[in-house]
Order: sequence, then structure tokens, then C-alpha cells
Amino acid sequence: MAGTVALKLTSGARRQTTEAIAEPRWVRWLLIGVTLGFLGLFLFVPLMVVFVEALSQGWRAYVYSLADADTQSAIRMTLTTAAFAVPINTLFGVLAAWAIAKFQFVGKSVLITLIDLPYSVSPVIAGMIFVMLFGRGGWFWPWLEAHDIRIVYAPAGIIIATLFVTFPFVARELIPLMQSQGTEEEEAARLLGASGLQTFWRITLPNIKWGLLYGVILCNARAMGEFGAVSVVVGNIASTNTMPLHVERLYKGGCDSELAAAFTVASLLAMLALVTLVLKSLLQWKTTESISPEELRYTGD
Amino acid sequence: MALKQRSVLPGFGLTMGCTLSYLSLLVLIPLASLFLKSASMSWTDFWATVTDPETLGAIKLSFGASLAAATINAIFGLIVAWTLVRYSFVGKKFIDAVVDLPFAMPTAVSGIALAQLYSTEGWIGRWLAPYGIEITYSRWGVMVALTFIGLPFVVRTLQPALEDLDIEVEEAAASLGATRWQTAWRVILPTILPALLTGFALAFARALGEYGSVIFLSNKWEKVIPMLIFTKLEQYEFADAAAIAVVTLVASFIVLLFINLTQWWSRRYAA
Repeated sequence: MAGTVALKLTSGARRQTTEAIAEPRWVRWLLIGVTLGFLGLFLFVPLMVVFVEALSQGWRAYVYSLADADTQSAIRMTLTTAAFAVPINTLFGVLAAWAIAKFQFVGKSVLITLIDLPYSVSPVIAGMIFVMLFGRGGWFWPWLEAHDIRIVYAPAGIIIATLFVTFPFVARELIPLMQSQGTEEEEAARLLGASGLQTFWRITLPNIKWGLLYGVILCNARAMGEFGAVSVVVGNIASTNTMPLHVERLYKGGCDSELAAAFTVASLLAMLALVTLVLKSLLQWKTTESISPEELRYTGD
Repeated sequence: MALKQRSVLPGFGLTMGCTLSYLSLLVLIPLASLFLKSASMSWTDFWATVTDPETLGAIKLSFGASLAAATINAIFGLIVAWTLVRYSFVGKKFIDAVVDLPFAMPTAVSGIALAQLYSTEGWIGRWLAPYGIEITYSRWGVMVALTFIGLPFVVRTLQPALEDLDIEVEEAAASLGATRWQTAWRVILPTILPALLTGFALAFARALGEYGSVIFLSNKWEKVIPMLIFTKLEQYEFADAAAIAVVTLVASFIVLLFINLTQWWSRRYAA
């Protein structure tokens, strides 16, 4: 442990000597210029377009299209979806991370790969598997219809598809974090007589809270922004709409006021993205800042 | 050998049971049913669907545009990552945070923003239109959308690799008379190559499956694979859709395998 700290300190000192092998000044300026140009063209300008187009018909139209009944119901649907998907996948993420990080068992890496699976499945395919199970002509369709239950083309389908695509987010953040923390603290708590829940609540949760929050924020952003999977599950039914689907319908509507309305709803989602980025950066700075001095103290003993 | 090592910590049975049941119900069984559906087709039907001119066109466009987008991202991502790790300039932390925007932005929002920007009346598109270059509603539009959504992958996989670079090796190269260019080409690039390939493959895999942003920049006649699957579903051609989906899934699993092999290979040589 002391060795790693020493290494970290020297690597900090070594950064100082970079000047000796630095690129010529014009190369540095060129590379910084290319970076700013590329990111500007691909990130800042599209972001700006969203807000400029949203306000192209003026503030009054902006507020008016937000107050629109369809927009309101789309916002409610998106919030409802996230209200189901985020807590369920957070709970699952914590359970999965506990099982994987705190115990040694056969087939662990296979399990981790399977948890990652939804990342590598196209959103359209994610939606499609549920249409094929629960949709018209699907395997469960006769049974569902006999019992008058609607999953596909209905809010339940949106929630299931969102659960699928946001499935790995929390677990993915927690597994490496909890693995790196080991089990010593929990074992000590147990030996001192704490119950399982007490151990989790008092020892594990405080250790993982920032990583957990990080995963929850990413999970929420995806849950509210998912388009492909939800679009497949809903099909052409206009009555169930999430915000991203509403953006598409307004945009395809074509006339100027609908275009502005599409960008108005899009601007809300863009703000969500910006808030997500800010929180994400704050958490990253917080964890890197809080870890290093603590680590020093920890290993100094 | 026991399947699980003994531990004083409780809750293995409960948490593992919940994890496996939830994973199976939500992910494994639905995915398996997709493979079953396509297996219900005869081999000739499957082959006919997959080699249908429409499908082949979609596969060509998807692979071509994804490769092009991943290549653009590899080149510019390398420059962006290098700049962010090695140089200091005003607003660097801000720029660093903004790189993740394509991850955080809902794809539909990115799609309409890019479509508007590159349309013939858009801020960028209007400067290209006089030269006969139309981006929105063409295969170039698909490439632009896929470049946007894949942008963070290369930067984020390269950053840690560049931070871990041993400066002393570069100094050694310099003191032995290598020019900066030679050092970059012969010393730095081979070291970060596994990370670069991983980032490239991740961006490529993501681009293959992308739907949300592409539909706003593509047209009816030039469809990428996910758009074709969507159309087949709308026409209730489930078996065809399943066949194309299986091909796509297998392709992305191969990419995933390639990423794992690259990482395994780089760890072996690092050790």
C-alpha cells in the first residue's frame, strides 16, 4: 500500500519534467485548435441549435407549447417511466453488486458479461423482443387478450422496455467499486455482532453512496431519454407518448409551429442532459478529491 | 471444488437468487425467444431474408457508415484525448465534462438538432448546399449522426491509457536522439494502440445498433439495419425481423469478443 502512494507522488512530480519532451508550440496550438473545432462543431453547435430553434417563435410560443395537453401527458409518461425503472434497477444493481463483489464463486465473469448484455443490444432489438413476446401475433398475445391485459402498445410496455435498456447502469458502477473496497470492513462489523442489514446500512452504503448516486443519475438520464426501444414497443399508437417520442411526432409534423414545439420539448430533454453532465462531473471531482487524501491517511497508519 | 467459497457475510443466497431471476426474466429469456423465433424459420428462408437486396443494402450502409464514423472518431478522439491529458488551457475541465454529452443527450434530441443543422437551410448545411453536398436525408447524414453518438468512446478509453504512459520512456527516446514525431509514432502509438482499438470497436458497435438519431438524418430508400428491423415489425413480418436481428446481434457479439481479446492481449504484453 505504501508503495502505491509513493508511486502516485512520484508520478505527480514526473509531470513537471514534461516540458523537456514537449511538442513545438505550433503543434500544441494546432492540436488544441483541432480539439476545440471538432467538439465545437459536433457538440456545442447542435446543443445551441436546440435552444435557438425552441425559442424561434418567441417565449410566448415556448411556454404555450409546454402547456399543451399532449406535451403535458408526454412529460407525465416520462416521469412515470423513470419512477418505475430507476428504483427497480437501482435495487437490482445493489443486490447484484453485493452478490458479485462480496463473494467468490464459479462463473462470476460470465455473470458480469450477462449483466452487460443490454449495452450491446440495439435499442430496436430490445423493443422488438418484447413485441414478439407480448405483441399482436406474439407468444403471450392470446392469453393477454383473453385476460384483457395490455403490455405492448401501452405504458406497461414502455416501462418494461426501459427496464431492459437501463438494466446494467447501477450494477456496472457498483461492481468494480465494491470489488475494490473488499470485504474486510463488513467482516469486522459482523464479528462485532452487527446483523446483515446493519452491516449493509452502516458500513457498505456509506462507502458506496457516491458511486451509487452516479449510477442512479446515468440510469435516470437513459430512462427518460430512451427512444428506440420505446418507439418499437409503442408502435403507431398516438395516445401513449414519452417525451422523446413526442419530439419525433412533432418534428415529423412538419409545419413551423410544430417544429418549434418539437425543439421546445427537446430543450427540456437537453436541459436534463446538461444537469446530468454537471452532477456527473461534480461526483467525479468529489470522489477523486475525497479518495486521495483518505487513501493517504489510510495507508499512512 | 465448491461452487462458492465460505464467507461470514450474509445474503449470498438472497441477492444471487434475485439477481439471477431478474436477469433471466428481463434479459435472458426474452433474448433467447428471439433466437428461437429465427430458428423456427427454415435455413433457406433465413438465407433468403438475410441476402435479400434490401437487407444487403442496409447491412452495407450500416457497416460502411459505422466504420467511417468510428474511424473519424478514432482520429479526432486521439487528438482530443491527447490535448485533454497533456496540455493545459482555459476551460479544459469544462471541455472534458462536455465530451460525455452524446451519452447524456437523448438520441431523438441529437437527431433533430443534427438534422436541422445540416439541412439545406441549416447553419452548416447552407454552406455546403451550393456545392451540391446534402447531408440531411442522405448517407452522409447517417455518418454524421453515428459520429456524434460514438464520439465519447474513443476519448474515454484513451484518456486513462495516456495518463498511464511512462514519461521516462519518452524521455529515453528523446535522449537517444528520436524526434518528437518518431517518439509519437514508434513509442507512444504502440503503447496506446489496444486502448485505441477498444475505443474504435466500442464506437463501431454502438453505431451498428443506433436508431434514434439516425432516423432523422436518413431517408426512406437508404435504411440502416435497425431501421429495416423497425419497418419489418411494422408490417408484422416478425420472422424476417428476427432473422435480421439475429445477424446484427451476432455481429455485435463478435465485436465484443474482439474488444475482450484486445484487452487480454494488451494485459499479457503489459505484464
